Amino acid sequence: MDLFGIPIQAFLGQIMLGLVNGSFYAVLSLGLAIIFGIVKIVNFAHGAFFMTGAFVAFLIGRHFGIGYWPALIVAPLIVAAIGVLVERLLLRRIYGLDPIYGLLLTFGMVLVIEGGFRIAFGSSGYPYPVPDELRGVTNLGFMFLPNYRIFVIVAALVVCAATWFVIERTTIGAKLRAATEKAELTQAFGVNVPLLLTLTYGAGVGLAAFAGVLAAPIQHVNPSMGSELVIIVFAIVVIGGLGSISGAVFTGLMLGVIEGLTKVFYAEGSTVIVFVVMALVLLLRPAGLFGREES
Amino acid sequence: MAEAAQKLHSHSHLAIKGLEAWYGPSQALYGIDIDVQPGELVTLLGRNGAGKTTTLRSIMGMVSRRSGSISVLGEETIDLPSHRIARKGIAFCPEDRGIYATLSAEENLLLPPVVGKNGLSVSQILELFPSLEGRLQSPGTKLSGGEQQMLAIGRILRTGAKLLLLDEPTEGLAPVIVQQIGSAIARLKDQGYTLLMVEQNVRFASTVADRHYIIDRGRVADSVSNDMLVKDFDRITRLLGV
Repeated sequence: MDLFGIPIQAFLGQIMLGLVNGSFYAVLSLGLAIIFGIVKIVNFAHGAFFMTGAFVAFLIGRHFGIGYWPALIVAPLIVAAIGVLVERLLLRRIYGLDPIYGLLLTFGMVLVIEGGFRIAFGSSGYPYPVPDELRGVTNLGFMFLPNYRIFVIVAALVVCAATWFVIERTTIGAKLRAATEKAELTQAFGVNVPLLLTLTYGAGVGLAAFAGVLAAPIQHVNPSMGSELVIIVFAIVVIGGLGSISGAVFTGLMLGVIEGLTKVFYAEGSTVIVFVVMALVLLLRPAGLFGREES
Repeated sequence: MAEAAQKLHSHSHLAIKGLEAWYGPSQALYGIDIDVQPGELVTLLGRNGAGKTTTLRSIMGMVSRRSGSISVLGEETIDLPSHRIARKGIAFCPEDRGIYATLSAEENLLLPPVVGKNGLSVSQILELFPSLEGRLQSPGTKLSGGEQQMLAIGRILRTGAKLLLLDEPTEGLAPVIVQQIGSAIARLKDQGYTLLMVEQNVRFASTVADRHYIIDRGRVADSVSNDMLVKDFDRITRLLGV
């Protein structure tokens, strides 16, 4: 069976692979959107924390024998703790300044973090094994998909849904939404907004690290694995609209699929399609698909 | 000396001495002295831009810089961040009502942390403002202007704060709603709350307040009792240019 002269298997196969990539985009852009919404920082270092998450998983495995499953929890927590320190020691000093300072500071952090890992571990990278439970492939009828990649999609969706639940349905989430909307007034009500900013930055980069651990068995764990991804993720956040949480998740998955389909129809365009979409969205809807126009 | 001053104001719910405040580089207040006794309802009157709202915002720490002394329920707060000031037992209802669009009316109501004893329960708030009944699940800003004002006042009553700062609670509301808000404020005063209120509507202010400060160009120009305001209404309103 063909679709536009392309075997339907190839078509569906690329949709699935697109969903896998889209899962990473979704978790990363979710973290970026939360950080931007509440901390008002364009966190250029997001990719560096993604990479740090993968490295932490690799290192605690090598030195302490901590396997994949505990690493999936422990590595994001360690990176979140680093994020908390970064917020307290660095970001806090530039709140209220022109947003360009946040961009420059976090960009500087990328150079330092990636450079540090490159000096310590070289640039060639290390393999990270797929956990035993997730070895093998599943026959989906139209393709054989490695079980691990199915797990990536499920884990990403669960984490996104959990994040959505916390923000939209809990008391702490109401405080976060309030601080996003009117930070000064929220603090005047007695809500410890500076603490919320710290925790949000920690949680946001923790999400990036979670994606990094998810990525470790798929990619080689290497210092530049984040910077390649973060550019695409920034484009996705622009497409979805900065500060929109469900928009970030949906756009992430959608762009993964669009990218996958582009590989079927016009493979040469698959590396630029995200940026083409971004340009179109900026032309037609500058606030992004899910963003609200500034009034 | 400092101790004596402390003692002098130890009974005030709010004692402000020599308050200066800045928004960025521009100074907005030039030495405000205000004293509010427990259970008093005091208003700040004055022209637009005189510094009334800034005075309330300075008390809450919502300005870029402030100096002087602000004692809230007997405790000095001038060096505290905003959220720790609130926890001394003070609550602020801003001029734009500060209702959150991304929170339901109920989440708006439950947002401010409890800072003191004897705060109203949600059912007591609904009793005070019956129009809020049945609106709690709506997004906060989908409520009418009057309902939003009731929500904004109800929200700070839940916290158990004894000292309430209200910024123009009647602004832009229909006369029948102004009456409802007025009687709610009078009830709060009866229940022993201490209130400091900014009000453009001098006639409304004269129906509920004990005392008035007239603010002009970032300073306290005068302090008048409510009897004096009522007796001298025309002269004072002319002075205020309202």
